[in-house]
Amino acid sequence: MNRRDLLKLTGMGVAVFVSGTTVRASGSRQKKNESFYFVQLSDTHWGFNGPNINPDSQGTLKKAVLAVNAFDEQPDFVVFTGDLTQTTDDRRIRRDRMAEFRDTVSQLNVKTVRFMPGEHDASLDRGEAYQEFFGDPHYTFDHSGVHFITLDNVSDPTASVGDKQLQWLQADLKKMKKDARIVVLTHRPLFDLAPDWDWATRDGAAVIDTLLQHPNVTVLYGHIHQEHHHMTRHIAHHAAKSVMWALPEPGSFPKKAQIPGDAAEPYKGLGFRNVEADVARARYEIEELSIVKG
Amino acid sequence: MKKLATYATLITALAVLLMVGRSIASGIRANEQVVRVSASTFQFEPSEVTVKKGVPVTLELVSEDRHHGFKLPDFHVRLDVKPGVLEKVRFVPAKVGKFTFICDVFCGDGHEEMSGTLNVIE
Repeated sequence: MNRRDLLKLTGMGVAVFVSGTTVRASGSRQKKNESFYFVQLSDTHWGFNGPNINPDSQGTLKKAVLAVNAFDEQPDFVVFTGDLTQTTDDRRIRRDRMAEFRDTVSQLNVKTVRFMPGEHDASLDRGEAYQEFFGDPHYTFDHSGVHFITLDNVSDPTASVGDKQLQWLQADLKKMKKDARIVVLTHRPLFDLAPDWDWATRDGAAVIDTLLQHPNVTVLYGHIHQEHHHMTRHIAHHAAKSVMWALPEPGSFPKKAQIPGDAAEPYKGLGFRNVEADVARARYEIEELSIVKG
Repeated sequence: MKKLATYATLITALAVLLMVGRSIASGIRANEQVVRVSASTFQFEPSEVTVKKGVPVTLELVSEDRHHGFKLPDFHVRLDVKPGVLEKVRFVPAKVGKFTFICDVFCGDGHEEMSGTLNVIE
Protein backbone atom coordinates (compact mmCIF):
# COMPACT_ATOMS: atom_id res chain seq x y z
CA MET A 1 0.00 0.00 0.00
CA ASN A 2 1.46 3.35 -0.93
CA ARG A 3 0.64 6.72 0.59
CA ARG A 4 -1.96 7.55 -2.01
CA ASP A 5 -3.76 4.27 -1.56
CA LEU A 6 -3.85 4.97 2.14
CA LEU A 7 -5.34 8.38 1.50
CA LYS A 8 -8.14 6.88 -0.54
CA LEU A 9 -8.75 4.01 1.83
CA THR A 10 -9.08 6.10 4.95
CA GLY A 11 -10.94 8.93 3.32
CA MET A 12 -8.35 11.43 4.42
CA GLY A 13 -9.91 13.94 2.11
CA VAL A 14 -8.76 15.82 -0.90
CA ALA A 15 -5.05 16.10 -1.16
CA VAL A 16 -4.08 19.66 -1.93
CA PHE A 17 -0.85 20.41 -3.64
CA VAL A 18 0.77 23.76 -3.40
CA SER A 19 3.48 24.66 -5.76
CA GLY A 20 4.93 28.11 -6.03
CA THR A 21 2.04 30.53 -6.16
CA THR A 22 -0.59 28.09 -7.28
CA VAL A 23 -2.84 25.66 -5.44
CA ARG A 24 -4.12 22.78 -7.48
CA ALA A 25 -6.10 19.64 -6.94
CA SER A 26 -4.49 16.30 -6.40
CA GLY A 27 -2.92 14.41 -9.24
CA SER A 28 -1.03 11.18 -9.13
CA ARG A 29 2.43 11.50 -7.71
CA GLN A 30 5.30 9.93 -9.54
CA LYS A 31 8.76 9.52 -8.21
CA LYS A 32 10.91 12.02 -10.04
CA ASN A 33 14.60 12.34 -10.30
CA GLU A 34 16.00 14.86 -7.91
CA SER A 35 12.97 14.76 -5.74
CA PHE A 36 12.32 13.64 -2.21
CA TYR A 37 9.65 14.11 0.34
CA PHE A 38 9.48 14.85 4.02
CA VAL A 39 6.71 15.17 6.59
CA GLN A 40 5.91 18.34 8.52
CA LEU A 41 4.08 18.01 11.82
CA SER A 42 3.35 21.05 13.93
CA ASP A 43 1.86 22.31 17.16
CA THR A 44 1.53 18.95 18.86
CA HIS A 45 1.13 20.67 22.29
CA TRP A 46 1.89 17.52 24.23
CA GLY A 47 0.42 17.94 27.73
CA PHE A 48 -2.62 19.91 26.60
CA ASN A 49 -5.78 18.80 28.35
CA GLY A 50 -9.08 20.17 27.08
CA PRO A 51 -11.77 17.53 26.52
CA ASN A 52 -14.11 20.01 24.84
CA ILE A 53 -11.36 20.98 22.37
CA ASN A 54 -9.72 17.62 21.74
CA PRO A 55 -11.18 14.65 23.64
CA ASP A 56 -8.30 12.50 22.37
CA SER A 57 -5.45 14.80 23.36
CA GLN A 58 -3.40 11.81 24.53
CA GLY A 59 -3.97 9.87 21.34
CA THR A 60 -3.83 12.27 18.42
CA LEU A 61 -0.06 12.54 18.15
CA LYS A 62 0.24 8.77 18.42
CA LYS A 63 -2.24 8.40 15.56
CA ALA A 64 -0.15 10.77 13.45
CA VAL A 65 2.99 8.75 14.20
CA LEU A 66 1.22 5.53 13.19
CA ALA A 67 -0.09 7.16 10.01
CA VAL A 68 3.41 8.21 8.97
CA ASN A 69 4.77 4.76 9.81
CA ALA A 70 2.08 3.22 7.60
CA PHE A 71 3.36 4.95 4.48
CA ASP A 72 4.83 2.37 2.17
CA GLU A 73 7.31 4.89 0.92
CA GLN A 74 8.83 6.47 3.99
CA PRO A 75 9.77 10.15 4.03
CA ASP A 76 13.43 11.13 4.06
CA PHE A 77 12.84 12.92 7.34
CA VAL A 78 10.19 14.35 9.62
CA VAL A 79 10.22 17.90 10.94
CA PHE A 80 8.25 19.31 13.86
CA THR A 81 7.77 23.05 13.52
CA GLY A 82 7.36 24.02 17.16
CA ASP A 83 4.98 23.96 20.11
CA LEU A 84 6.00 20.38 20.71
CA THR A 85 4.62 20.71 24.24
CA GLN A 86 1.97 22.74 26.03
CA THR A 87 3.53 25.46 28.15
CA THR A 88 3.65 25.37 31.94
CA ASP A 89 5.20 27.51 34.65
CA ASP A 90 6.45 24.37 36.36
CA ARG A 91 10.03 23.52 35.33
CA ARG A 92 9.64 19.83 36.20
CA ILE A 93 6.37 19.38 34.33
CA ARG A 94 7.88 21.15 31.30
CA ARG A 95 10.69 18.63 31.22
CA ASP A 96 8.31 15.71 31.81
CA ARG A 97 6.25 16.78 28.83
CA MET A 98 9.34 17.11 26.64
CA ALA A 99 10.51 13.65 27.67
CA GLU A 100 7.08 12.15 26.94
CA PHE A 101 6.91 13.92 23.59
CA ARG A 102 10.38 12.68 22.67
CA ASP A 103 9.46 9.13 23.66
CA THR A 104 6.27 9.25 21.57
CA VAL A 105 7.93 10.51 18.40
CA SER A 106 10.81 8.08 18.84
CA GLN A 107 8.23 5.52 17.64
CA LEU A 108 8.53 6.98 14.14
CA ASN A 109 10.16 4.53 11.76
CA VAL A 110 11.98 7.44 10.16
CA LYS A 111 15.05 8.04 12.21
CA THR A 112 15.95 11.50 10.95
CA VAL A 113 13.67 13.81 12.91
CA ARG A 114 14.23 17.57 13.12
CA PHE A 115 12.84 19.82 15.81
CA MET A 116 12.44 23.48 16.58
CA PRO A 117 10.75 25.25 19.44
CA GLY A 118 7.49 27.13 19.64
CA GLU A 119 6.71 29.75 22.26
CA HIS A 120 5.04 27.09 24.41
CA ASP A 121 8.34 25.20 24.56
CA ALA A 122 10.80 27.99 24.93
CA SER A 123 9.47 31.46 25.74
CA LEU A 124 9.14 31.15 29.52
CA ASP A 125 12.71 29.98 30.12
CA ARG A 126 14.34 31.34 26.97
CA GLY A 127 14.76 27.85 25.56
CA GLU A 128 16.64 26.33 28.49
CA ALA A 129 14.59 23.11 28.80
CA TYR A 130 14.12 22.83 25.04
CA GLN A 131 17.87 22.90 24.47
CA GLU A 132 18.43 20.22 27.11
CA PHE A 133 16.21 17.86 25.12
CA PHE A 134 16.49 18.91 21.49
CA GLY A 135 19.66 20.97 21.09
CA ASP A 136 20.13 24.20 19.20
CA PRO A 137 16.91 26.06 18.42
CA HIS A 138 18.36 27.43 15.18
CA TYR A 139 20.57 25.53 12.78
CA THR A 140 20.96 24.50 9.16
CA PHE A 141 21.12 21.19 7.38
CA ASP A 142 21.43 20.15 3.76
CA HIS A 143 19.43 17.42 2.14
CA SER A 144 19.58 16.28 -1.49
CA GLY A 145 20.35 19.71 -2.89
CA VAL A 146 18.12 21.76 -0.59
CA HIS A 147 19.52 24.00 2.13
CA PHE A 148 17.23 24.00 5.18
CA ILE A 149 17.43 26.81 7.73
CA THR A 150 15.56 26.59 11.01
CA LEU A 151 14.93 29.96 12.60
CA ASP A 152 14.03 30.51 16.23
CA ASN A 153 11.48 33.30 16.68
CA VAL A 154 10.22 32.13 20.07
CA SER A 155 13.04 31.74 22.62
CA ASP A 156 12.87 35.49 22.99
CA PRO A 157 9.39 35.95 24.50
CA THR A 158 8.92 39.14 22.49
CA ALA A 159 8.69 36.91 19.38
CA SER A 160 11.88 38.25 17.88
CA VAL A 161 14.64 36.58 15.92
CA GLY A 162 17.12 39.09 17.31
CA ASP A 163 20.18 40.79 15.84
CA LYS A 164 22.58 37.96 16.64
CA GLN A 165 20.52 35.30 14.86
CA LEU A 166 19.84 37.66 11.98
CA GLN A 167 23.58 38.14 11.52
CA TRP A 168 24.03 34.36 11.68
CA LEU A 169 21.39 34.00 8.94
CA GLN A 170 23.04 36.65 6.78
CA ALA A 171 26.43 34.96 7.18
CA ASP A 172 24.92 31.58 6.26
CA LEU A 173 23.18 32.93 3.18
CA LYS A 174 26.35 34.66 2.06
CA LYS A 175 27.95 31.23 1.67
CA MET A 176 25.12 30.01 -0.55
CA LYS A 177 24.96 30.30 -4.33
CA LYS A 178 22.46 32.85 -5.52
CA ASP A 179 20.14 30.18 -6.95
CA ALA A 180 20.43 27.81 -4.00
CA ARG A 181 17.27 25.94 -3.05
CA ILE A 182 16.42 27.23 0.39
CA VAL A 183 13.66 26.13 2.75
CA VAL A 184 13.19 28.09 5.95
CA LEU A 185 11.53 26.25 8.83
CA THR A 186 10.19 28.35 11.65
CA HIS A 187 7.35 28.49 14.13
CA ARG A 188 5.68 31.88 13.87
CA PRO A 189 4.84 33.62 10.60
CA LEU A 190 7.66 35.87 9.49
CA PHE A 191 5.19 38.30 7.93
CA ASP A 192 2.41 40.25 9.65
CA LEU A 193 -0.41 37.76 9.15
CA ALA A 194 -2.69 39.06 11.92
CA PRO A 195 -0.92 41.47 14.28
CA ASP A 196 -3.95 41.86 16.57
CA TRP A 197 -3.91 38.10 17.05
CA ASP A 198 -0.16 38.19 17.64
CA TRP A 199 0.44 36.23 14.47
CA ALA A 200 3.68 37.85 13.46
CA THR A 201 7.40 38.03 14.23
CA ARG A 202 8.47 41.37 15.60
CA ASP A 203 11.57 41.64 13.43
CA GLY A 204 10.25 39.36 10.69
CA ALA A 205 10.54 42.10 8.07
CA ALA A 206 14.32 42.16 8.51
CA VAL A 207 14.44 38.38 8.04
CA ILE A 208 12.30 38.57 4.90
CA ASP A 209 14.45 41.39 3.50
CA THR A 210 17.46 39.13 3.93
CA LEU A 211 15.73 36.14 2.34
CA LEU A 212 14.42 38.17 -0.60
CA GLN A 213 17.95 38.42 -1.96
CA HIS A 214 17.68 34.77 -2.95
CA PRO A 215 15.25 33.72 -5.69
CA ASN A 216 14.41 30.21 -4.45
CA VAL A 217 13.15 30.50 -0.89
CA THR A 218 10.12 28.81 0.65
CA VAL A 219 9.03 29.15 4.28
CA LEU A 220 7.20 26.41 6.20
CA TYR A 221 5.84 27.30 9.60
CA GLY A 222 3.21 26.48 12.23
CA HIS A 223 1.73 28.51 15.10
CA ILE A 224 -1.62 29.35 13.50
CA HIS A 225 -3.04 25.80 13.60
CA GLN A 226 -4.39 25.79 10.07
CA GLU A 227 -3.32 25.58 6.47
CA HIS A 228 -2.48 29.00 5.08
CA HIS A 229 -0.55 30.22 2.04
CA HIS A 230 0.91 33.64 1.46
CA MET A 231 3.40 35.26 -0.89
CA THR A 232 5.92 37.97 -0.05
CA ARG A 233 7.03 38.78 -3.59
CA HIS A 234 8.70 35.53 -4.71
CA ILE A 235 8.81 33.92 -1.24
CA ALA A 236 5.99 31.46 -0.47
CA HIS A 237 4.95 30.99 3.17
CA HIS A 238 2.95 27.86 4.03
CA ALA A 239 1.42 27.33 7.49
CA ALA A 240 0.64 23.82 8.69
CA LYS A 241 -2.28 22.44 10.66
CA SER A 242 -1.91 21.47 14.29
CA VAL A 243 -2.08 17.94 15.59
CA MET A 244 -3.89 19.11 18.77
CA TRP A 245 -6.50 21.80 18.05
CA ALA A 246 -7.67 24.06 15.26
CA LEU A 247 -7.90 27.85 15.25
CA PRO A 248 -10.21 30.06 13.16
CA GLU A 249 -9.17 31.94 10.05
CA PRO A 250 -7.11 35.02 10.82
CA GLY A 251 -9.30 37.99 11.66
CA SER A 252 -12.56 36.03 11.37
CA PHE A 253 -13.44 36.77 15.03
CA PRO A 254 -12.62 39.77 17.24
CA LYS A 255 -10.87 37.43 19.68
CA LYS A 256 -9.15 34.26 18.61
CA ALA A 257 -10.17 31.11 20.42
CA GLN A 258 -9.67 27.39 20.00
CA ILE A 259 -12.32 25.75 17.83
CA PRO A 260 -14.31 23.32 20.01
CA GLY A 261 -14.11 19.67 19.10
CA ASP A 262 -16.95 18.14 17.10
CA ALA A 263 -18.09 14.72 18.38
CA ALA A 264 -19.32 13.80 14.90
CA GLU A 265 -15.93 14.70 13.38
CA PRO A 266 -13.48 14.34 16.27
CA TYR A 267 -10.30 15.29 14.39
CA LYS A 268 -11.75 17.96 12.15
CA GLY A 269 -9.21 20.63 11.30
CA LEU A 270 -6.26 18.64 12.62
CA GLY A 271 -3.56 17.19 10.45
CA PHE A 272 -0.08 17.17 9.05
CA ARG A 273 1.47 17.33 5.62
CA ASN A 274 3.82 15.71 3.19
CA VAL A 275 6.12 18.03 1.30
CA GLU A 276 7.64 16.83 -1.91
CA ALA A 277 10.66 18.76 -3.08
CA ASP A 278 11.27 18.97 -6.81
CA VAL A 279 14.83 20.15 -6.46
CA ALA A 280 15.56 20.88 -10.11
CA ARG A 281 12.56 23.19 -10.43
CA ALA A 282 12.77 24.51 -6.86
CA ARG A 283 9.10 23.63 -6.35
CA TYR A 284 7.36 22.06 -3.41
CA GLU A 285 4.16 20.09 -3.56
CA ILE A 286 2.28 20.06 -0.31
CA GLU A 287 -0.13 17.28 0.43
CA GLU A 288 -2.40 18.03 3.39
CA LEU A 289 -3.42 15.02 5.44
CA SER A 290 -5.99 14.65 8.17
CA ILE A 291 -5.94 12.71 11.39
CA VAL A 292 -8.44 9.89 11.19
CA LYS A 293 -10.34 7.91 13.76
CA GLY A 294 -8.99 4.44 14.18
CA MET B 1 -11.16 93.37 54.11
CA LYS B 2 -9.62 94.50 50.81
CA LYS B 3 -6.29 92.98 51.85
CA LEU B 4 -8.00 89.69 52.66
CA ALA B 5 -9.60 89.59 49.18
CA THR B 6 -6.27 90.32 47.54
CA TYR B 7 -4.59 87.52 49.51
CA ALA B 8 -7.40 85.11 48.53
CA THR B 9 -7.01 86.02 44.85
CA LEU B 10 -3.26 85.56 45.05
CA ILE B 11 -3.60 82.17 46.74
CA THR B 12 -6.13 81.02 44.10
CA ALA B 13 -3.87 82.20 41.30
CA LEU B 14 -0.90 80.38 42.83
CA ALA B 15 -2.93 77.19 43.20
CA VAL B 16 -3.99 77.35 39.54
CA LEU B 17 -0.41 77.99 38.46
CA LEU B 18 0.75 75.04 40.56
CA MET B 19 -1.81 72.69 38.97
CA VAL B 20 -0.92 73.82 35.46
CA GLY B 21 2.75 73.45 36.29
CA ARG B 22 2.21 69.89 37.52
CA SER B 23 0.31 68.98 34.38
CA ILE B 24 3.06 70.40 32.19
CA ALA B 25 5.74 68.64 34.26
CA SER B 26 3.96 65.29 33.88
CA GLY B 27 3.36 65.87 30.18
CA ILE B 28 -0.40 65.77 30.60
CA ARG B 29 -2.41 68.51 28.96
CA ALA B 30 -5.67 69.89 30.22
CA ASN B 31 -7.88 68.04 27.71
CA GLU B 32 -5.84 64.83 27.76
CA GLN B 33 -7.45 61.47 28.61
CA VAL B 34 -5.35 59.53 31.10
CA VAL B 35 -6.04 55.80 31.33
CA ARG B 36 -4.25 53.44 33.68
CA VAL B 37 -4.18 49.76 32.71
CA SER B 38 -2.61 47.00 34.76
CA ALA B 39 -1.40 43.73 33.26
CA SER B 40 -1.29 40.42 35.09
CA THR B 41 -1.52 36.77 34.09
CA PHE B 42 -3.63 36.61 31.98
CA GLN B 43 -5.67 39.78 31.80
CA PHE B 44 -5.69 43.52 31.41
CA GLU B 45 -7.58 45.54 33.98
CA PRO B 46 -9.67 47.23 32.77
CA SER B 47 -10.06 45.09 29.69
CA GLU B 48 -12.40 47.64 28.07
CA VAL B 49 -11.35 51.25 27.75
CA THR B 50 -13.46 54.02 26.25
CA VAL B 51 -11.90 57.23 24.95
CA LYS B 52 -12.98 60.15 22.76
CA LYS B 53 -11.90 60.48 19.17
CA GLY B 54 -9.37 63.23 18.54
CA VAL B 55 -8.54 63.80 22.19
CA PRO B 56 -5.00 62.77 23.11
CA VAL B 57 -4.73 59.67 25.31
CA THR B 58 -1.97 58.91 27.76
CA LEU B 59 -1.90 55.22 28.64
CA GLU B 60 -0.18 54.35 31.89
CA LEU B 61 0.76 50.69 32.07
CA VAL B 62 1.97 48.61 34.97
CA SER B 63 2.58 44.90 35.41
CA GLU B 64 1.40 43.19 38.56
CA ASP B 65 3.54 40.09 38.14
CA ARG B 66 5.75 39.33 35.14
CA HIS B 67 6.95 40.68 31.81
CA HIS B 68 3.98 41.45 29.58
CA GLY B 69 3.52 43.42 26.40
CA PHE B 70 0.89 45.89 25.28
CA LYS B 71 0.15 46.11 21.58
CA LEU B 72 -2.58 48.19 19.97
CA PRO B 73 -1.85 47.61 16.27
CA ASP B 74 -4.46 49.98 14.84
CA PHE B 75 -2.74 52.97 16.46
CA HIS B 76 0.82 51.61 16.18
CA VAL B 77 1.15 51.50 19.95
CA ARG B 78 3.32 48.91 21.66
CA LEU B 79 5.19 48.75 24.94
CA ASP B 80 7.01 46.27 27.12
CA VAL B 81 5.35 46.21 30.53
CA LYS B 82 7.62 45.00 33.32
CA PRO B 83 7.00 44.73 37.07
CA GLY B 84 7.95 47.83 39.04
CA VAL B 85 8.11 50.12 36.01
CA LEU B 86 5.37 52.59 35.11
CA GLU B 87 5.29 52.88 31.32
CA LYS B 88 3.50 55.68 29.52
CA VAL B 89 2.57 56.14 25.92
CA ARG B 90 0.65 58.96 24.29
CA PHE B 91 -1.39 58.78 21.10
CA VAL B 92 -4.36 60.45 19.46
CA PRO B 93 -7.23 58.10 18.54
CA ALA B 94 -8.09 59.42 15.11
CA LYS B 95 -10.86 56.97 14.21
CA VAL B 96 -14.04 55.72 15.85
CA GLY B 97 -14.54 52.02 16.51
CA LYS B 98 -13.57 49.04 18.63
CA PHE B 99 -9.90 48.09 18.52
CA THR B 100 -8.22 45.08 20.07
CA PHE B 101 -5.13 45.35 22.25
CA ILE B 102 -3.14 42.29 23.21
CA CYS B 103 -0.24 41.07 25.26
CA ASP B 104 2.52 40.38 22.73
CA VAL B 105 5.11 38.97 25.13
CA PHE B 106 4.45 35.28 25.72
CA CYS B 107 3.58 35.02 29.40
CA GLY B 108 2.18 31.51 29.95
CA ASP B 109 -0.72 29.17 29.44
CA GLY B 110 -3.39 31.87 29.16
CA HIS B 111 -1.34 34.25 27.03
CA GLU B 112 -3.44 33.76 23.92
CA GLU B 113 -6.55 35.01 25.73
CA MET B 114 -4.87 38.11 27.19
CA SER B 115 -6.47 40.94 25.28
CA GLY B 116 -8.80 43.89 25.63
CA THR B 117 -10.81 46.41 23.64
CA LEU B 118 -10.34 50.12 23.10
CA ASN B 119 -13.66 51.81 22.28
CA VAL B 120 -13.18 55.11 20.50
CA ILE B 121 -16.35 57.22 20.48
CA GLU B 122 -17.28 60.59 18.96
